[in-house]
Amino acid sequence: MTHGFFIVTSYAVTALVVAGLILRAVIDHRIQTRALAELEARGVGRRSRRG
Amino acid sequence: MVRMIRSFPRRMIGQPFRRTRWNTRGATSECRIVEGSPGCDALRLSEIVIQPVAIRALQAGLETAKSTSMILDLANPTRFMSFSGRLLPWLIGASVVLLGIGLAMVWFVAPADYQQGETVKIMYLHVPAAWLSLFFYVTMAASALGTLVWRHPLADVSQKAAAPIGAAFTLICLVTGSLWGKPMWGTYWQWDARLTSMLVMFLIYAGILALWRAIEEPNRAARAVSILTLVGAVNVPIVKFSVDWWNTLHQPASVFRLGGPTIHSSMLVPLLVMAVAFTLIGVSLHLSGMRTEILRRRVRTLTILEAERLDAQAA
Repeated sequence: MTHGFFIVTSYAVTALVVAGLILRAVIDHRIQTRALAELEARGVGRRSRRG
Repeated sequence: MVRMIRSFPRRMIGQPFRRTRWNTRGATSECRIVEGSPGCDALRLSEIVIQPVAIRALQAGLETAKSTSMILDLANPTRFMSFSGRLLPWLIGASVVLLGIGLAMVWFVAPADYQQGETVKIMYLHVPAAWLSLFFYVTMAASALGTLVWRHPLADVSQKAAAPIGAAFTLICLVTGSLWGKPMWGTYWQWDARLTSMLVMFLIYAGILALWRAIEEPNRAARAVSILTLVGAVNVPIVKFSVDWWNTLHQPASVFRLGGPTIHSSMLVPLLVMAVAFTLIGVSLHLSGMRTEILRRRVRTLTILEAERLDAQAA
């Protein structure tokens, strides 16, 4: 096993973990944005907005 | 009696209110927003019990609050969303540019080490990941104080958003360290003080993530997690100084040390560029995570309100 294997694996693992973090952030944000839009479309408002 | 920092729109002056989403710490109180309070829509007011003395105290507090209004402005989730929404594209852009520059320096400029050869390229991932692991733990500990002591509205959100990012960078640190260790030390793992304390940090991160999931009510979860985070913070100096306190296989600090860095500038500059790039990526993810968490809590509040309305209609 050459040292190249350890270098490439290190970069691959890092890229994978960071990509996972970014993907999770994007998907989670979309899910929450959609859920909020659906609730607001159904006319559910916050008490503070109703005054 | 000051109970909880809260912001109100101007139109609510004089209106009674009950606890709402950002005001869910204690029992429901009958409260009223003080008429004539300066800049009610810009300053955070506090939940008060309607007593003249309390109102005077609140008004005096408002004068003090003016001086810290810049900080407090960000305590308002709506203002934070607006501020972070403007900042985030710049942070992401800077992260991408710096990461590109950093990687180009690592692969095309930085020399091979006289002993380690090209394997030293792992350092440019391992070291920034280790720094960020500690950075996000300190961020979580500061947020935990914000939750327990100051009950800052965004502290819970900051804690929750930081945990998975810190855990991910700790994992990167452990894996890349292991992959660096095999060709250099001849072993993937050694129960050495630095390696072990870093593994303990990863386990603490995992425990914190599990605790967030275990308690459904966000404010209760935040308090429990805050205590665990502050107890776990004792591990931060252990990680940092383990290489000085014990004889370890891991090398001692070579960048942030009293005598100055022991790395040649041709390697130090790419390392610092990568560290800043990683930090910007981490901060971007943290801000993004906080924005998502605010949305999640709004969704939760609206879902509860909808359920209450449906219950009332059924009754």
